[in-house]
Amino acid sequence: MRVGLFIPCYIDQFYPQVGVATLQLLEKLGCEVVYPPDQTCCGQPMANSGFGHLTHGCNDLFIKNFSGFDYIVAPSGSCVLHIKEHLHGEGDASAKQAAGGAGSKHPDGGEHPDGGADIAGKIFELVEFLTDILKIERLDAAFPHKVGLHQSCHGQRGLHLAQMSELMAPPFSKPERLLSMVKGLELTGLDRLDECCGFGGTFCVTEEAVSVKMGKDRVADHIKHGAEFITACDMSCLMHMEGILRRHKSTARVKHIAEILNSQ
Amino acid sequence: MRPHNNHTDHAALAAIFNRDEPRVDWHDQTLWWVRRKRDVAASKVPEWEQLREAASRIKDNVLSHLSGYLAQFEEAAMRNGVKVHWAADAAEHNAIVYSILQRHRVDRMVKSKSMLTEECGLNEFLHEKGIDVVDTDLGERVVQLAGEPPSHIVLPCIHKKKEEIGEIFHEHLGTPSGNADPKFLTHAARLHLREKFLTRRVALTGINFAVAETGEFVVCTNEGNADMGAHLADVHIACMGIEKLVPERRHLGVFLRLLTRSATGQPITTYSSHFRRPRPGQEMHVVLVDNGRSVHLGRPDFRNSLKCIRCAACFNTCPVYRRSGGHSYHTAVGGPIGSILSPNFDREKNADLPFASTLCGSCSNVCPVKIDIHQQLYKWRQVIVREGYAPVVKKAAMQTMNWVLSNPGLYHAAGKTGRWFLLHVPFAVNNGLNAWYRQREMPEPPKQSFGEWYKKNKHE
Repeated sequence: MRVGLFIPCYIDQFYPQVGVATLQLLEKLGCEVVYPPDQTCCGQPMANSGFGHLTHGCNDLFIKNFSGFDYIVAPSGSCVLHIKEHLHGEGDASAKQAAGGAGSKHPDGGEHPDGGADIAGKIFELVEFLTDILKIERLDAAFPHKVGLHQSCHGQRGLHLAQMSELMAPPFSKPERLLSMVKGLELTGLDRLDECCGFGGTFCVTEEAVSVKMGKDRVADHIKHGAEFITACDMSCLMHMEGILRRHKSTARVKHIAEILNSQ
Repeated sequence: MRPHNNHTDHAALAAIFNRDEPRVDWHDQTLWWVRRKRDVAASKVPEWEQLREAASRIKDNVLSHLSGYLAQFEEAAMRNGVKVHWAADAAEHNAIVYSILQRHRVDRMVKSKSMLTEECGLNEFLHEKGIDVVDTDLGERVVQLAGEPPSHIVLPCIHKKKEEIGEIFHEHLGTPSGNADPKFLTHAARLHLREKFLTRRVALTGINFAVAETGEFVVCTNEGNADMGAHLADVHIACMGIEKLVPERRHLGVFLRLLTRSATGQPITTYSSHFRRPRPGQEMHVVLVDNGRSVHLGRPDFRNSLKCIRCAACFNTCPVYRRSGGHSYHTAVGGPIGSILSPNFDREKNADLPFASTLCGSCSNVCPVKIDIHQQLYKWRQVIVREGYAPVVKKAAMQTMNWVLSNPGLYHAAGKTGRWFLLHVPFAVNNGLNAWYRQREMPEPPKQSFGEWYKKNKHE
């Protein structure tokens, strides 16, 4: 199984250890992992800011880098969701349906001529890949700490990594299931199971006041329940919460789920 | 003056709201409590998700055959003895209401349950014509006395603490200063409003659902003020957006089960009043208002926002709304649904609203008619930027960022130890003020990027 490793730009630049953990974890589980060196960014920061029409360069690059793999895996629900939803091939109705698209002209102002649909079907967020493709039943990992799980919205509500509190449907959580395989790890609870942390891409600066308040409240909920570490499937949420924790000189820390699942 | 006339953008208004953190906490917790009540109520209906799906499909049908249902409704209503009016926009709506008042030589009116008249600016319009309009629903009356617009479409004065309401009543209704006992204040309001009900000859109400099959309409209230107003007045004017139709009476069973559970967590409103024909001697008018809706209907990406039944579940669940307050949306209908409806009415004035969201998606999940609210927020962003309403600074930053991110060579050169990133990444986009750093530490750039680590460890 040949896996293309997609490391989102901010992980590449600020949290290389998350990329390393993802790579090691996948290799441990028997995957042949290749990191295409010319990758940069999925284009989401521009698209979510309304500049989807600028992202053709990123789209082209992404397709060039990631064509020909059996799977593409990234330690980010948000970037994976963006690729799934907004890297369409022109007129490819089935890809649109799979990604939940409306079947109308793509609002980004254009569509990628080819390759998009193929990639949308092959790209997986790490936890989703471990659960649904590798079908992991046990893990050789230990992390003897109290850990609070932050459900990053795009992974949860976009990729359905876990049940959403708004829906009247049976609960499940792919990240929680994997974390329960880690020796010594104690999951702490939350008053509000799946409230957004307030990162939101450029929202974190354009709506600074609300973004910070949301982050403070999310962090407080975790600390109230005794979390020593906050983990998530998205480093962007954790970067935001880490910024708040460090500003308040909290002893609580953040750790990407790949690092926890890869710890010995 | 009403705040939304002094227009500032959502972020600025939200920042003002956030200066008082304990108040933000109170507002957030109050509305979260309503969201939780909704969860409990919905969880008691085993077929909840099927109900949402059914409601969504019924509304799909309505939107696809709107002109036919409107004609059917008009015909049935006229047969019932109701006078039906068509208003293309807010100005026509206001003129129709005014002409009815003039014909009856009336200069005062009671009103209940109508966000549409907020949308049309009816109160201000009639005020200028010398007509005294009294909003009779308690929350509406509170904000009316305070000279403010509602901050929430179901709970209009949810931003006011009871002590503040006590002071407003003291000032306007002469209750003792310092008395903030809700029971006492409600009683005072009741006495004050009773006099209005008994002396007003015209009552205006909103409409929650209009039934094409029968020409009847349903008004859902908890206080019964719509009934009190309509039953005591010689003239009942009911105003509705053209999207409020359901095809048949039996469809009400789906919507009435969803509406109040989604809104407040009650199984149903205290009163679900069906109005079908005027009582002998009474005049009944229905005003059907377009005001941009038919244009909206022609936009495939956005039309299904017209399914909205105004339950406000998306307000209560929205983590941004709860922490920014309703007035930060500077429109009659705020919150997530307002952020996708308002750009339709006035793109320039409301260009900020689709950005007042993290796109977390909670709104779409609570929506009883399954409007894909967060997807439409994303789509509006694309439209707004393409039409040129993006701030110039943001545009320049995005173009630079895109240029670098499209060129691996530039990215690798720029990205050494994160220096370029610290200046240009999304979260530092307005680096002049560095909105990230004001209340958050920056990430610490590591010694090497993942790409550099990979090259050293895997390629050598």
